[in-house]
Amino acid sequence: MGSERLKTPELSETDSPPPRRSALTNLWRIKKYLYPYRFRLALLWTMVLLNIIAGLAIPPLVGAAIDGPISDGDLRGLWVFAGIIAALGAADAILQLVRRYMQTTTAMAIEADIRAALYEHLQRLHTGFHDRWQTGQLLARVTSDLGMIRRFFAGGLVFAITSIGMTVIILGQLLFIEWRLALIVAASAVPLFLIGRKFFMGYLPAARSEQDQSGEVSSAAEESALGIRAIKALGRGPLMAARFEKEAAELRDRGVRKSLIASRSWSGYDAIATAAIGAVLTLGSVMVARGTLSVGDLTAFIMLQLALLWPIEASGWVMAHGNEAMTAADRVYEVFDTEPAIRDRPGAKAVDRGAIRGELVFEGVRFAYEDDSREILRGVDLRVQPGETVAVAGRTGSGKTTLVSLPSRLNDPTGGRILLDGTDIRDLRLANLRSVVTTAFEEATLFSMSVRENLALGRPDADEGDLLEALRVAQAEFVLDLPYGLDTRIGEQGLSLSGGQRQRLALARAVVVKPAVLVLDDPLSALDVHTEELVERALEHVLQDTTALVVVHRPSTVALADRVALLHEGRIAAFGRHSELMRTSPEYVDVLSAESEEVAA
Amino acid sequence: MTVAERPADKHASWRGRAESAEADRTSAETDDAESIKELRSQSRRLLGWMMRPHKKAIGFLCGILVVQNFTSMATPLLVMFGIDHAIPAIGERDDYSVLIAIAVTFAAVAIVKYVCVRLYIAQSAKVGNAMLYALRNRVFRKFQALSVSFHERFTSGRVTARQSSDMEAIREMTENGVDDLVLAGLNVVTITIVMLVLDPLLAAVSLMTFPLMLLLGRWFSRVSALAYRRARETVALLIVYFVESMGGVRAVQAYRREERDRELFADLNTDNRFAQAKGHQQNAFMSGGMRAIGHLATVVVLLFGGWQVMQGNTEVGVLAAFLLYMKRFFDPLNELVQFYNVLQSATSALEKLSGVLDEEVEVPEPEEPRAIERPSGELRFANVRFQYREDHVVLPGLDLLVPGGQTLALVGATGAGKTTIAKLVSRFYDPTAGSVALDGVDLRDLSEQDLRENIVMITQENFLFNGTIAENIELGSPGSSRDRIVEAAEVVGAHEFIESLPEGYDTHVRKRGGRLSAGQRQLVVFARAFLADPRVLILDEATSSLDIPSERLVQRALRTILADRTAIIIAHRLSTVEIADRVLVLEQGRIIEDGRPADLIDHGGQYATLHRQWEDSLV
Repeated sequence: MGSERLKTPELSETDSPPPRRSALTNLWRIKKYLYPYRFRLALLWTMVLLNIIAGLAIPPLVGAAIDGPISDGDLRGLWVFAGIIAALGAADAILQLVRRYMQTTTAMAIEADIRAALYEHLQRLHTGFHDRWQTGQLLARVTSDLGMIRRFFAGGLVFAITSIGMTVIILGQLLFIEWRLALIVAASAVPLFLIGRKFFMGYLPAARSEQDQSGEVSSAAEESALGIRAIKALGRGPLMAARFEKEAAELRDRGVRKSLIASRSWSGYDAIATAAIGAVLTLGSVMVARGTLSVGDLTAFIMLQLALLWPIEASGWVMAHGNEAMTAADRVYEVFDTEPAIRDRPGAKAVDRGAIRGELVFEGVRFAYEDDSREILRGVDLRVQPGETVAVAGRTGSGKTTLVSLPSRLNDPTGGRILLDGTDIRDLRLANLRSVVTTAFEEATLFSMSVRENLALGRPDADEGDLLEALRVAQAEFVLDLPYGLDTRIGEQGLSLSGGQRQRLALARAVVVKPAVLVLDDPLSALDVHTEELVERALEHVLQDTTALVVVHRPSTVALADRVALLHEGRIAAFGRHSELMRTSPEYVDVLSAESEEVAA
Repeated sequence: MTVAERPADKHASWRGRAESAEADRTSAETDDAESIKELRSQSRRLLGWMMRPHKKAIGFLCGILVVQNFTSMATPLLVMFGIDHAIPAIGERDDYSVLIAIAVTFAAVAIVKYVCVRLYIAQSAKVGNAMLYALRNRVFRKFQALSVSFHERFTSGRVTARQSSDMEAIREMTENGVDDLVLAGLNVVTITIVMLVLDPLLAAVSLMTFPLMLLLGRWFSRVSALAYRRARETVALLIVYFVESMGGVRAVQAYRREERDRELFADLNTDNRFAQAKGHQQNAFMSGGMRAIGHLATVVVLLFGGWQVMQGNTEVGVLAAFLLYMKRFFDPLNELVQFYNVLQSATSALEKLSGVLDEEVEVPEPEEPRAIERPSGELRFANVRFQYREDHVVLPGLDLLVPGGQTLALVGATGAGKTTIAKLVSRFYDPTAGSVALDGVDLRDLSEQDLRENIVMITQENFLFNGTIAENIELGSPGSSRDRIVEAAEVVGAHEFIESLPEGYDTHVRKRGGRLSAGQRQLVVFARAFLADPRVLILDEATSSLDIPSERLVQRALRTILADRTAIIIAHRLSTVEIADRVLVLEQGRIIEDGRPADLIDHGGQYATLHRQWEDSLV
């Protein structure tokens, strides 16, 4: 396919774009999650320090042992030194063990905390956000990006700080030995810095683009598995593989590009440090020859400089990790910074399920999708009396599904308002509202969990009796015959069940909640006539004292309703009893009449 | 040692019981020691497969590392040489040539280092990324080849986990530390030789720590293999849950399930956290242990060497050099401990992937396919038996001939076997016994391409792919012109609503077609199948979400579309069934009525009853 496929929406999209911050800012914002662990982290850093000290203390002791007892032939003295070194060594090993243990445990805990917070945030984001963001992109943020941040905090950062500490100490010693030579060493930091700066400018976007592409690859993998039936039914496996390979090739190329940037910059680090040693040796030799420097001092100086080699060498690697952590933090905060579009208004009221009569009123309700100037609903006025069942009929695309997503605030109207018992639903607490108004969709989303868990989705405290009753109403008692009854795991999206079975389970799930207002989107479309009749008979009883809004496609389902509203061109074009509308509204007849020439033929 | 408790068991309370205990993994992944060993060697073979095309490049990389190792060793030598020779030369003879030579050599070393590091980073990135690319594609193709029934138990979340977090673990290995491994290896060898040359006895004493290191390494390798294997599973469960709950977020929100959902996710998150930490914690023990061994070696050499010096058997200088080399021996090994961690994690990931690659394809493509040209579309079921499980026979023995061009409707209660027949014809499954043939050719003998070109099924799920409406229709026949796409949409009556969308055919359907209603999705899928233009078309509840006017349009279209091709229609709406030439009423996998719809109505059997109910429902 030639045209460009959907990529992750850029920040410029309508999901309340977060203010642009620099890469470091977002990484810095992570500190909030470090705060609960501050004492542990302080202890950790102390141990890192002690670890360095213990490690650095051993070589001079070894030197002293050689110069002292061994040179003097003092065996007792040697044992004393050996004992001290052994003790320090043991301390160093134990510190190393405890520190690494704590470090990894803490880092994992912090990662898990951020992941939980991110998950919670994602749950609150509205449907529009989820429609646009591919699962693979979200997944990459929750797994690999957080992993990168964790690895930086647990590895790279500790390493960086250790190296900086060492560098400062060594530079101090160098200055003390011979300040002029030390200036050469210091001067070599200038090209290092320049290279580093350039590295940052190139590497940051390259790392970002690799991470983004990695999300695309995950998305492609996920989609190809989820759509496996559609792919197989059309024999499009090779096409999908070609597409996947394109994405994977892009990921490969971006990975290589990123590494090429790294290869161009930090390869210079080692060379510059080596060249600096060469310069010091050359100049130092001249100074020694002229008698302004002792051989011992020059040796000591270069030995120290050699010790500087590895921190410099490693700094390239540390910078790369740091950069990746920064872009990962950016990606994570893109999600955190997206405000849920649907949330409690300030001063939202709690609703008491018992006190709700269930009057549902649509007042001039308008709705348009964010990226579409055309309105789907253009002023819907509809009043559903408490306990009444109103069916909504209309042609495909007339906005029925949109309309039924509004009472439980899965979408908010772009104009007008919806009142529940006279109160604008946006003034009610969201969690509360959704316990009073329950929506069942035509396409039943079943999770890979036990039947019980799926049924009790909206009411975790439902007892066995409630579940069985709901199953009876929805004619879904077939689940009792599954191998493990209610404890049987039903497959992904319930795909091993037939469409009709899934739909009946979804209906049962809605019935279990016993809401004041029940919203059903064509709940019986996949049922055969016989089952539909049984369900309807059972539902009638449930609907007696429940306000219900039901999308219908077929005259048989209309039987459930007291009155029918015809949705046409975004407005309620007709409202009344089925028989009435059949007489008065030609539009209605066209939408719901089975007296079509095809059937009659 | 027994294998760690399987994470799935812990969550049985909410996940429920799967029909098969092995639902979560490939058949290669069982818990007994034998198959774990087998899996391990398979993962090694997989690694070998990944490296094979890059043998030369890998050899080149090793060469670079050897050169780099020499330059690193050269620096201290040059310094020594400078101090010993260049300074006296200047001081005594005012001769700068030695110093200049050393300075030039230093410059050369710096340049060689630069070239080595640069080449290494660039080349290793190319090789590493190319290996991952090949692995990703191989795994993808394998997943595509595996049967629908495999996917039904394996779930898309787990496929995603294999392609994301497992690949990530392998990427980490290829990106970090392979050079450390090689350099440390070179280092160990070089220093061992140097020590042996300097003083064999002292060398022998210090090498006595080797068995300790090996023991430590073996211990870590064994326990961490278990830890990382489990960590791969916990992260997969986490991903499965995440993918699914984000896919169904609308239901989560509508049913206020956020809290319970969070609880379950938190459970998996915590599980994963501890499982991931476990390997790292074991690594901390190894890291501490290596340090201890290093210090122990220093103390022993110091004591023994010191004693030797006192006895006059060794020079002080030799002992000093020895102790310095020991430090240079252990420092890189300490670094390597961390890499070992990454390596173990990647190995577990490779095991998981090799498990996938090893999975048997239940519905394999024939090795020597039989050609079929312009088939008439005749379908024959010969004594077809089908069962999902031993105790769950769906079709006990079906004999059925569908002449080319016939439109056949299947009617019956849930579980009667209608969808199974559709799935057998589209070869989602193969029959347990008997055969299904198209124009006399067993479907198992047809190439995938011939099969799919001739038989297309519209499934119940109305799956839309990420992309525009036009792209989704085009999937029916890739490369179709826009005119043909529009024509297909017009025929099934989808054109009108598509045109009303903001960008018409170029409107993006959003994730899983979230922008469209169920009925609209169904029409798009219909247009896709029409464009595919197969000889045999299977419609499995393909009209259930349509409203009556759309259904009317679709039915009118179907009369034209199905006129010259074989069709199998499964529909509970008899309005769709009535366009069929022939109706089969099924009960528990057996045909109980067979005939023209009108005849069956007159006949007064089950179909007649159904038809009456249907007519009643229309009033």
